[in-house]
Parts: sequence; C-alpha cells; structure tokens
Amino acid sequence: MKGRHPQNIRRLIGNTSLRMVLILTSLIVVLPILWVIYTSFKTSAEFLNNPWALPSSLNWSNYANAISKANMGDYFMNSIGVTLGSLGLLFVLIVPAAYALSRFKFKFSKGITMLFMAGLFINCNYIVVPIFMILKDMGLLNNLFVLCIVYAATTMPFNIYLLTGFMQGIAKEYEEAAQIDGCGYWGTLFRVIIPMSKPGFVTIGVFAFMSYWNEYILALTVLKPDHYTLPVGLKNLMEVQKFATDWGAMFAGLVIVMMPTMVFYALVQKKLTSGLSLGGLKG
Amino acid sequence: MTNLKKYMPKKQQTRRNIAITVSLLPALALYALFVIYPTFNVFRTSMYQWSGLSKQKTFIGFENFIRLFNDTKFWTALQNTIFLLIFCTAITMILALFFAAALTQSKLKEKNFYRVLFFFPNVLSIVVIGVLFSNIYEPNMGILNSLLRGIGLNHLAQPWLGSGKTVLWAIGVAMIWQAVGYYMVMYMAGMDGISPELYEAADIDGASKFVQFFKITIPMIWGILRVTLVFFITSTLNMSFLFVNVMTDGAPNGSSEVLLTYMYRQAFTNANFGYAMAIAVIIFIVAFALAIISNILTKKNDA
Repeated sequence: MKGRHPQNIRRLIGNTSLRMVLILTSLIVVLPILWVIYTSFKTSAEFLNNPWALPSSLNWSNYANAISKANMGDYFMNSIGVTLGSLGLLFVLIVPAAYALSRFKFKFSKGITMLFMAGLFINCNYIVVPIFMILKDMGLLNNLFVLCIVYAATTMPFNIYLLTGFMQGIAKEYEEAAQIDGCGYWGTLFRVIIPMSKPGFVTIGVFAFMSYWNEYILALTVLKPDHYTLPVGLKNLMEVQKFATDWGAMFAGLVIVMMPTMVFYALVQKKLTSGLSLGGLKG
Repeated sequence: MTNLKKYMPKKQQTRRNIAITVSLLPALALYALFVIYPTFNVFRTSMYQWSGLSKQKTFIGFENFIRLFNDTKFWTALQNTIFLLIFCTAITMILALFFAAALTQSKLKEKNFYRVLFFFPNVLSIVVIGVLFSNIYEPNMGILNSLLRGIGLNHLAQPWLGSGKTVLWAIGVAMIWQAVGYYMVMYMAGMDGISPELYEAADIDGASKFVQFFKITIPMIWGILRVTLVFFITSTLNMSFLFVNVMTDGAPNGSSEVLLTYMYRQAFTNANFGYAMAIAVIIFIVAFALAIISNILTKKNDA
C-alpha cells in the first residue's frame, strides 16, 4: 500500500505528458483540414494578404465558382453515380461467387479460390496501362458505366476473400433446415445466407464506398473532362488554379470533395475502425 | 452438404452444378478480362517495342530490360521508391506503434476520440491530401513557409516541392500523415487482445513501460506486424504513385520520380508502351521480392 502514492503521481505525470503529445498530434491532423475549410470562404485577395487569417465574411462565391465554372457540380454527380454503380455491381458479382465458393465443394472450387487469391497481389495501379489499351480497343473509354465494371472487377479478389471468410462462419444447420423446408440453391442463398451475411456486407460496403469515391488513377486514365469524377476534377482544378490564381475556388473544391467522406466517416467510424481490425487479424 | 451429394438424384445434381456455374461465371469473366488478361499483357508487352498508337508491334526480347538497366532516370525512380519505402515505413510504423501502445496502456477516457481522429486522414482521397499538402508547401502563400517567417526562421523557408533536396522528404511527410492512423488502429486491435495479466506480472517484477513494450507488446503482436509490413510495401508503392502524380508529377527535373509514375509517363507521355510494361514487370518483381524478403526476415519461432 505504501508504494501506491508515488505511483499515482508518476502516472499523473505520465498521463499529462502523454495528453500533451496527443493534443499536439491532434492539431497536426486537424489544423490543415480546418485551414482548408475556413480558407474556402476567403476571397483571393484576402488569402494573398495573409494565408493564416480567418475570413472577414462567409464568401460563398468560391463555391459557386467551383460548382459552375470548374464543373465540380457535374463531377459530384458523376462520382455519386460511379460509386453507387460500382457498389451495386460489386455485390451482384461477389455474393453468388462467394456463396458458391464458401458453401460447396465442386471440381474446380479450390482452383478458382486460388485464382481469386492471386488477385490480392495484383494492384490495379500496376495494370492500369493494359486496362486502358483493352478499353481503347473496345471503344469503351470515357464511359462511366464501364468504369464501374472495371472498379468492381479489380476490387473483387479482396472482397470475395472477405465474404467467403464471412460465409464460411455461418453454421451449416441453418442451411440444412432451409433445405428440409424445401429451399433449393437460390432459396437458401436469398432466405438464409444473404440475411445472415449482413454484418459482412456492411464492412465490405463501407470500405468499398471509400475506395470507389476516392479512386483517382483509373478515372484519370480512362475519362475525359466531360465525364470526370471528383478527384480527377479536383486535380484539374489545382492545375487550372496555377494559371488563373483563383485560390478560393480551389479551396472550395477541396471542401466539396472532402465533405461527403467526412459526413460518411462520422456516420460509420465505428464500423470502419472495427472492420479494419477484423480484416487485419485475418490477413 | 457434400456427404448428401451421393444421395442426390442425378437431375438435382446437374441443376446444382448449373446454379454454381451461373454464380461464378460473371465474376470469373470480368476478373479474367480486367485483371488476369491485363496482367498477362504486362508481361507479354514488355518484350515488344510498341508505341501504343499503331498496330505495329516488334518483338525485341529482353531489349527493353537492357535499356532499363542503362537508363539513369529508371535508377533514380527506383532509388526514390526505395527511399520512400524505407522512410515512410520506418516512421509510420514507429509512430503508429507508439500511439497504439500509449492509447491502449494508459486508460485515458478520451482514448476512443483519438482513435477516431487519428484515423480520419485515411478516409480522405489521396488527391485531397496531395492538393492540401501542395498548398501547405507552397513557397509564397503556403502555411509552412508563412509560419516559419512568422516565427523569425526566414532562412528555413524554401520551395519544399521545388527543390530536389527536399521534395522527397516533403512527399514522404504527407504520406506518413495519411498512413499513421490506419496502422495505429490495426495495432490497437492487436494490443487489445493481449491479456492485462501479462503487464500486471511485469509491473510486479518492476519492469519499466519501455521494457514491457519490447518484451510483451511487440512479441504479442508480431503476427500483425508481419502482415502490416507487407501492406506497407504495396501501399507505399501505390501511394507514392498517387502523391507524386498529384503533387509534383516528378518535378523538379525527375528528382521525385517513382517507379509507377515513370511507368505511366513512358506509356502515356512518351508513347513507349513496351518500355513502360518492362517497368511494370520490375514493379511486380520488386513488390513480390520485398514481400518475400520481409516475410523471411521477420520469421520467428513462436516459442
């Protein structure tokens, strides 16, 4: 009992210095973001006068410029379409595939699983050039729906891997009960497996949403300015800014790209950080 | 299911096989078209001289690789990639481990707040982060230089992305800013699984927190550390591509070029598709070799 007191003091000192380090790090994380947000309300003259100062008033015209002149409004819609389209396609593709691979043994089941596993090592950035050539030969460049297909296809290996892992964890008894009740292959999939895989779908959906919304290289490679998604549009806005020196519009553009992910993160942060540990432990 | 198979009537079995085929075919077809075939093409095209614009391809064997070997720009790109691999991996890992251990061990009430906050940069698009840091580093109006001038360190203010000496470090810092939270969350998940009794026993033996970290925490999450090392390799290869593309595009004078940006430039700017694919083959080999090497080096008997 005697040792308690100094230990408490030591702990207090330790905790206080730790808190200081944590607060400092938080500032390093948060300050750049805050800077972008408040700068997006400054006029270019205000910005050139002092990049640190707060805006004198809320100058919404930067947003109007970014949305109308720099097309960020159209790009926003494109991004929403591509993200939702890819997500839908991804699930249509991986749910039956993961079901077949996780619940049945058939002639090539091992081989097909291995084939998809090999895809875990192939990043779409490594193969972006041949993907471009294939789409060019088929005359499918600059097409948002085709981009959805490519997104879904290149992200399939990892998501099939996650979903088969998840589906393997569902007890056989449920399936057998469904079969006794007269469910066939598809009936079992829709009435038992899909409802029971919902937590897995959420994890996959959250991560896939983020990666589709933020994807840049493929979009940059296959799209032309009339069909840009937000990240490509933002890069373009930065290039334009260098010559036009419309600082305000660029910062507004940054906020427009950032906002949806911030809101989304606020909604699903628990899912994201816990899903990550699940994937990490498995990997 | 499998044991039921032999009792199944033939008709039902065929029906099941058809259902399995229908389930797998769309996924396999798209996977073959957009992943396997392009990968195969990378290796095949690396043996050709091809502008990508015409139909004319000339088979030249390994000549692209011999040219690569004598290409100083390629060596710079490789060197820069390896620099970023080592610099970003080391710093990110140290910071992520430190914060993960500190947050798990100290039972701070606001622990979860920091977990959520530090993870946040990870959900932002790399383009957002790249544009953001380009503005931070901007020589005249950027907040870094104006901060340095404001506190009287005028001589330190410099064009961070415009000078060959600082550009890679500046990009590396942006990459670390982005990555630390992700790995911290992963390590925290591992550390949460360590039984508190181990630390209590160590406390009784009088072991300091520092010793506990190396004797308990690190060995207990060794498996996760190994996995993340492979993640670091692939993600740094990819992230360096995105960050360099957005922030400098290889400037100044190729001193921030990395392997993937060089591949991209050779293909789409210089119309050297064969040569670009030779670089891609090297990238495949580097990624694969590094993953294997790091796996062997970190292998440890679980005793």
